[in-house]
Amino acid sequence: MSATLALRPSRICPATGRTIDLGAERLIRVNAVVAVVALLVGATAALLLALTRWQAVHLLPAAWYYRILGVHGMNMLIFFIIFFEMAVLWFAGTVLLNARPAAPRYGWFNFGLMLVGSLTVETMQWSGRADVLYTSYPPLKAHPLFYLGIILFAVGALGVAGQFFATLTIAKREKTYIGSMPLVVYGAMTAAIIAVITLLHGAMIYIPTFLWSIGVLKGINPQMYRLLWWALGHSAQQINVAAMVAIWYMLGALTVGAVVLNEKVSRSAFVLYILFISMASAHHLLVDPGFGPAWKIVNTSYFMYMAVLASMVHGFTVPAGMELGMRLRGYTHGMFEWLRKAPWGDPGFSSLILSVVVFGFFGGITGVTIGTEQINIIAHNTLRIPGHFHATVVSGTAMAFMGATYYLIPLIFQRKVAFWKLARIQPYLFAGGMLLVEFGMTFAGSFGVPRRHWDISFAQAPFDVPFSPIVDLFLAMVGIGGIIAVTGAYSFIIIAVKSVFFGERVTEFPRGVAVEGIPQGLTNPPVHSADANEINEELHSPAHGWAGPTPGTLVLVGVFFLAFMLYYFTNWKLLSFLWKIG
Amino acid sequence: MLTRVHTGLDPVPGVWWKPAHKAEKVWVSIAFAWCIVLFAMMPLWHWKGGQNPSGVRTRVTPKAYYARTVAFVKQYKVGTDRGLPIVAPPPGSDVYLVGLTYQWYPILKLEQGKEYMLHMSSLDMNHGFSLYPMNINFAVVPGFDYALRVTPTVAGDFRIICNEFCGIGHHTMVGRVIVVDSTGATVADNHTAQVGHGGGL
Repeated sequence: MSATLALRPSRICPATGRTIDLGAERLIRVNAVVAVVALLVGATAALLLALTRWQAVHLLPAAWYYRILGVHGMNMLIFFIIFFEMAVLWFAGTVLLNARPAAPRYGWFNFGLMLVGSLTVETMQWSGRADVLYTSYPPLKAHPLFYLGIILFAVGALGVAGQFFATLTIAKREKTYIGSMPLVVYGAMTAAIIAVITLLHGAMIYIPTFLWSIGVLKGINPQMYRLLWWALGHSAQQINVAAMVAIWYMLGALTVGAVVLNEKVSRSAFVLYILFISMASAHHLLVDPGFGPAWKIVNTSYFMYMAVLASMVHGFTVPAGMELGMRLRGYTHGMFEWLRKAPWGDPGFSSLILSVVVFGFFGGITGVTIGTEQINIIAHNTLRIPGHFHATVVSGTAMAFMGATYYLIPLIFQRKVAFWKLARIQPYLFAGGMLLVEFGMTFAGSFGVPRRHWDISFAQAPFDVPFSPIVDLFLAMVGIGGIIAVTGAYSFIIIAVKSVFFGERVTEFPRGVAVEGIPQGLTNPPVHSADANEINEELHSPAHGWAGPTPGTLVLVGVFFLAFMLYYFTNWKLLSFLWKIG
Repeated sequence: MLTRVHTGLDPVPGVWWKPAHKAEKVWVSIAFAWCIVLFAMMPLWHWKGGQNPSGVRTRVTPKAYYARTVAFVKQYKVGTDRGLPIVAPPPGSDVYLVGLTYQWYPILKLEQGKEYMLHMSSLDMNHGFSLYPMNINFAVVPGFDYALRVTPTVAGDFRIICNEFCGIGHHTMVGRVIVVDSTGATVADNHTAQVGHGGGL
């Protein structure tokens, strides 16, 4: 350890032997706690919304439906996710590199900015002074403090990203690690770089909009707003993707000893994210009047789908890393022993696998399909859109963050995970409920049911719109799935709050003994065979065949690829049934 | 020689720029080829397909656009329904549709199999054009005239749902498009109209 670090208050982690800076640890804790509070608000809003879209229940009155919809969007997509990502950045920058944080006091200042910003936004939304939904498209206008709150929040987050880069620089200079930074930190760095790009777009649009709301600017071009806002709104989701993939690699390592198959391949895929991902603003503008076909095609495809390529690469390397890791631990029988013998009762592992599968199969395939220029005609602003992004942001990112939390509670908060039996089933409960929501939304959306709509019975409209009765079934799926998923989210929150504030302290991690409340990856850490390097060389050798060290994963990605092609071309077929449009 | 076995949590000493195994190369190649297919499908559909969001896109002030619509309604009005004019323009002509909180103006009456230039714009907020039950969706943005060549391929009584949040009355914003078939049979009243249920994946 470096001399500088030794001067700072720190502790040695009893599970991993890492040096943990106490200043950084406090920042990780406080950001994670606020993230969970935002999740509580967002999940409660979700329940109210699901019970309103379920036409048979139709709980909220119109004004409150739209208000709570804005609250839900802000709390989930911005406050919960970004506060958690701040915790991830502090964790990856310091704990994973044995490093000290850059300017922790400034970290508290940034945290304060973000907190004040988010409380301002909450106040405006709950008091009905910002009924403009999450997107706040002008000419809809909110109270100036709404925009100011978002700007403060963004400045704070930008500051933390800057501190993360400074922390990386310090770690490098103080030689807290040898060689190249770990892949997980590299992924977190990718997220931080995308965050900077995203937040700069946010500044470009929210500062003029704030000036417009106080009367300094006369108007905002609505099409320009949509372009720049989505360079914030969609790119923000790519921060999540990068952070989530980093957490996939981390949970894989902690739960089953997943190895990095090839650093070059995984890191190049992260670079593709940085280069191409902010073009995704176009996904939201495919049926807009402000842009021509060439612009739409180049941008919606991230310049020939290079960011999709990146995700398909991670979609292989993450499970393949798990497979090889398990094989190097002796689970070598057949195609899938590594999967059968995996720790399915460890909430860290089940969250990981559910996140990978639902993100890839549901979120990824639907996203690429509806983000196709022409197919977007049968998807834009229907319920297919939230059907897609709940599969990515909730079943993918939030699920991965929950899985990481089950390991952070003992490692960072030094507590046992409370209600352990509940924790073991929580990922399945949450993922199952969300799948119902996502299927319900996607199918209802295929019938043209609009998103962000209070009443599709159109009781107060001048003309009737007789949706097929099956739509009621799909919306009931959204309602019932919503109840199950929110039960899963509440379970997570109760577990996290009980553990963190009232949980049993953990001072040591007994090896080889299963302890209730400590995930198996910590009490029984995955260890590779002593001759793992030799086995690895042998598995990679040409004599072993072209399928290489991970034949099971090849089968899985093959199934994925077939599903992708089927869904994609089916949508072209459906499109061809429409009126002629050009 | 491979990089020594390590996880994503370990720093990597030395040079990690090593060749990937054949299986990885195969998957990356398949993925890359698929990305090219995904990309090529879009220009291909512009060339061979019948549904593209291209159109003719121009800037327009809400005032000028409203004036055009009023003139259009005056020229081709054939009736009224619920206080809204029903307008039956001749095939091949420019058709104007206005979105304003919380109404689509006017009601359009078109002929099956004939092409029209359908203009859409908004006088106030962003609105969303969603044709029920065809599930055809376009963004309607104030200050922009989005003109699409459309050919209704089926007759029936259609609805326009607003699918972009435009204010507290958003869910009451429904318009009407009537398409008559080649025999000239009109679909006069939506209560007797045959409307198929759209759907699919």
